[in-house]
Amino acid sequence: MYDVVIIGAGVVGGFIARELSRYKLNICLLEKENDVAMGASRANSGIVHAGFDALTGTKKAEFNVLGAKIMKRVTDELGVKYKNNGSLVVAYSEEELPTLQKLYERGVANGVENLQIIDKAKLLELEPNLTDSAVAALYAPTAGIVCPYELTIAAVGNAMDNGAELKLDFDVKSIRRNGDFYEISSENETVECKYLVNAAGVHSDNIAALIGDTSFNVTARKGEYLLLDKEFGTMASHTIFRCPTSMGKGILVSPTVDGNLILGPTSVNIDDKDNNETTPEGLSEIMSKTLAVMPKAPLRSVITSFCGVRAVPSTGDFIIEKAADGFVNCAGIESPGLSSAPAIAPYVVELLKGMGLSLEENESFNPIRKPAHLFREMSMEDKNKVIAENPKYGKVVCRCETVTEGEIVEAIHTNPKATSVDAIKRRTRSGMGRCQGGFCAPTVVEILARELDIPFEAVTKSGGNSIINYGRIK
Amino acid sequence: MEKNFTCIVCPMGCSLKVQIEDGKVVSVTGNTCPRGAKYAQTEAVAPVRTLTTTVRAGEKMVSVKSTQPLPKENLKKYMDMINSVKLETSVNVGDVIIADIDGTGIDIVATKNVDI
Amino acid sequence: MRNIDLVIIGGGPAGMSAAVSAYNSGIKDILILDREPRLGGILQQCIHNGFGLHRFKEELTGPEYSWKYEQMVNELKIPVMLGTMVLDVTEDKIITAMNEENGVFQIQAKAVVMAMGCRERSRGALNIAGMRPAGIYTAGAAQKFVNIKGYLPGKKVVILGSGDIGLIMARRMTLEGAKVITVCELMPYSGGLTRNIVQCLNDFDIPLKLSHTVVKIHGKERVEGVTIAKVDKSLKPIMETAEYIECDTLLLSCGLIPENELSKGASITLDRVTGGAVVDQRRETDKKGIFACGNVLHVHDLVDYVSEEAEIAGKGAAEYIQNDGFNKNCDIKMTLGDCVRYTVPQHITSNENDVKIYFRVSDVHKDVTVEAKDGDEVIFSRKKQRVAPGEMESILIKSDVLKNIKSGAITVGVKLNG
Repeated sequence: MYDVVIIGAGVVGGFIARELSRYKLNICLLEKENDVAMGASRANSGIVHAGFDALTGTKKAEFNVLGAKIMKRVTDELGVKYKNNGSLVVAYSEEELPTLQKLYERGVANGVENLQIIDKAKLLELEPNLTDSAVAALYAPTAGIVCPYELTIAAVGNAMDNGAELKLDFDVKSIRRNGDFYEISSENETVECKYLVNAAGVHSDNIAALIGDTSFNVTARKGEYLLLDKEFGTMASHTIFRCPTSMGKGILVSPTVDGNLILGPTSVNIDDKDNNETTPEGLSEIMSKTLAVMPKAPLRSVITSFCGVRAVPSTGDFIIEKAADGFVNCAGIESPGLSSAPAIAPYVVELLKGMGLSLEENESFNPIRKPAHLFREMSMEDKNKVIAENPKYGKVVCRCETVTEGEIVEAIHTNPKATSVDAIKRRTRSGMGRCQGGFCAPTVVEILARELDIPFEAVTKSGGNSIINYGRIK
Repeated sequence: MEKNFTCIVCPMGCSLKVQIEDGKVVSVTGNTCPRGAKYAQTEAVAPVRTLTTTVRAGEKMVSVKSTQPLPKENLKKYMDMINSVKLETSVNVGDVIIADIDGTGIDIVATKNVDI
Repeated sequence: MRNIDLVIIGGGPAGMSAAVSAYNSGIKDILILDREPRLGGILQQCIHNGFGLHRFKEELTGPEYSWKYEQMVNELKIPVMLGTMVLDVTEDKIITAMNEENGVFQIQAKAVVMAMGCRERSRGALNIAGMRPAGIYTAGAAQKFVNIKGYLPGKKVVILGSGDIGLIMARRMTLEGAKVITVCELMPYSGGLTRNIVQCLNDFDIPLKLSHTVVKIHGKERVEGVTIAKVDKSLKPIMETAEYIECDTLLLSCGLIPENELSKGASITLDRVTGGAVVDQRRETDKKGIFACGNVLHVHDLVDYVSEEAEIAGKGAAEYIQNDGFNKNCDIKMTLGDCVRYTVPQHITSNENDVKIYFRVSDVHKDVTVEAKDGDEVIFSRKKQRVAPGEMESILIKSDVLKNIKSGAITVGVKLNG
């Protein structure tokens, strides 16, 4: 019997688990995929928004501003890369100037600090590669960038290090109220808990419906992206937005915290909530819209394209509330969900406390997650120290991103443990570079097979039937 | 009977026309050099190919080849014969893996040094 | 920091040949660095034959061709550090490298030969839309799975791109029991050698669809199919011709890119077309004492030419060390005439010797004249029955011709006859 079960190991579920692990509680995270951060947290822009987008008084506004404020501390604790690079909402015509003014005023009302509207000269000084037709911009120096799955993996890992459990491949099919507790079942397993948190992202309405709560819907909105070679990561230094429309914040251009340049997302509502298919139309839309604002964008240097899915709530705001006895919805967490997650978690814990969850402090809780060895960023001295202790750190597996065998082995044995090639990629960046795994994939498969003690052909790209090869040829 | 192929002797890729009567080549046209004519003669009557593949040696793979081109029509049969071989010892370049495969007089030899 | 006369980065065919050539030119203090556990580079997985016809006058497989050079390196006792990754090279020829045994270490070299080879264009770089399931591999990655690891990466295969590795893998996977359904080629002609089209596709009745591309990948976990379509003259897919093909694997053989990360770190000027360094006839880059050869300089179709080029670079590096630099008595620019995509070298800095100019054409043509001109004056002319982008061409410019160049440039072009 768990005290609390959280459905969904995305960034929100991860932070809630971590926050709960500060207390003496039995906690379990249920995830339907074979790794954490597989829904909206896997593929988004990775922006820590300043907090001027959401309407004043909404939960979005409240948690975004708060989350952005504590993101530096949280990422420091978790050993996650974070860069406070600032954002720009650019007006490309005089007609868009009132929008900048409106966003500025809303930002001030929401409590965003140091916002300013800058003129064309200042804008082009900050971003010399922008089109000359830019008119002015709203500059938010408090905005930042973070890698969404790195943050999620670290939050879940820290929660696990502090005692939380993670069950992967647990696709919740039914929830039954049994006296004072819940029984949550997948096709082949049932767990029980006193309190249940629904953090199931695009599927959070389906989970709520399992207890009869049909008060809201979540629409899946697809967003495609292009990622450019690190050589061009400095084409933009701030996160550059267009003026927002009803379908979102439009196609952005931003450096990523890992040094690439990211372009996207498109914005298309879809029926199949797990459809993460890129389309020729989507990719060409990103290209043409990027060229319109940054004529010199080096589109020949695309290293990959991908597609994420956002959880758009029918209510227009985050749904974070008690839905039934012992049941909390944390649903429809669309943008700025990544920015808000660290602030949502303590709020959810307070909600649970109000519902009777007793919180006794866990003295051994350690908020610090030992950062993974990041070989490429170490000094020569440190590298030699690490290699002397474990020679595997002297063997480069992924040459594009300089990832060593030591780091890959570490990812397989560190919470939350990597069991597939993609999981290794998200933790170490092996295969994330310009050759996209062409060179290192066979070696990564070999290391996974060895460390997990499974046959070579049993290693998958991403769990399930995503097998990489069909066994020995002879 | 007339057969057509692309000559592969050099990058030119000439389109060869071969006239065959009673299983014998009577004329070759379309070639630009004598080597093309010679290639056409063999290719028309008894096409042959050098076979390259691998043999398992413990957890490792040893690359192998036929020392001479083998009849093209039987490549599948030779593959099955080669695939049934499992090596237990280290091999060097040139070591004979299968001597006189299928009575052709042609050997299958290792093309790589592999220590096991 | 260790001091070594000549450091060669990469122990594939280019690196080994450069080392042997430098040694034979009188430089004995050489070190070859390679990240793999054995010498030979990509040749170790190229188990097919067809190598060495020019160089050794016999038909060898990749591993055999490599072995010829490995033996030379062994006999000359040229030191080699394997399993060693070079992390950085500076303009001043300081090399930072790392391996399991020695950790991270630095070497000050008098000269450096860059011989890192190339990599394959990935799905991302090709920007193919659709899902991201398992079962999408570059042809080279599939080759490593089959030939080195001994595993079958797919059973029902579609290949995009008719480059030589893709054609070779079509045959290889067929022989190992896979069904290769089709090979799609974006261009109206194949990028591979005729011999490979005949022996790898025609022999096994594998259709080659020219002017076709893959527009979408299907399948959530493993590839379930691809949509292919014909392309128009501007290479845009014609969606009305779209066709779904059920398969479990997509192999990509869509071109090779010189692996020049280290060159960029050393601020070496690169040629936009080749993706490799801009070099002179000795294969010296614009950074003194740093040379480049093999597929890191430009992508070759035959390893024989890689060896030949690496000999030039090795000899150049030896001369550089022995004479503490070069006497450069001219600077003749190579410029691109009709139908010529690039030349190597890109400029000539000495007219003391004959210089062989390698170049690639931009399209397939029959009955042509290859011409080199000094201004309007034709200084070289030769008829060719056929030229193709997949086949590297060369011309030899004599020393006495070089000494009389008046315009400061030589233009190489291809004139269409008839």
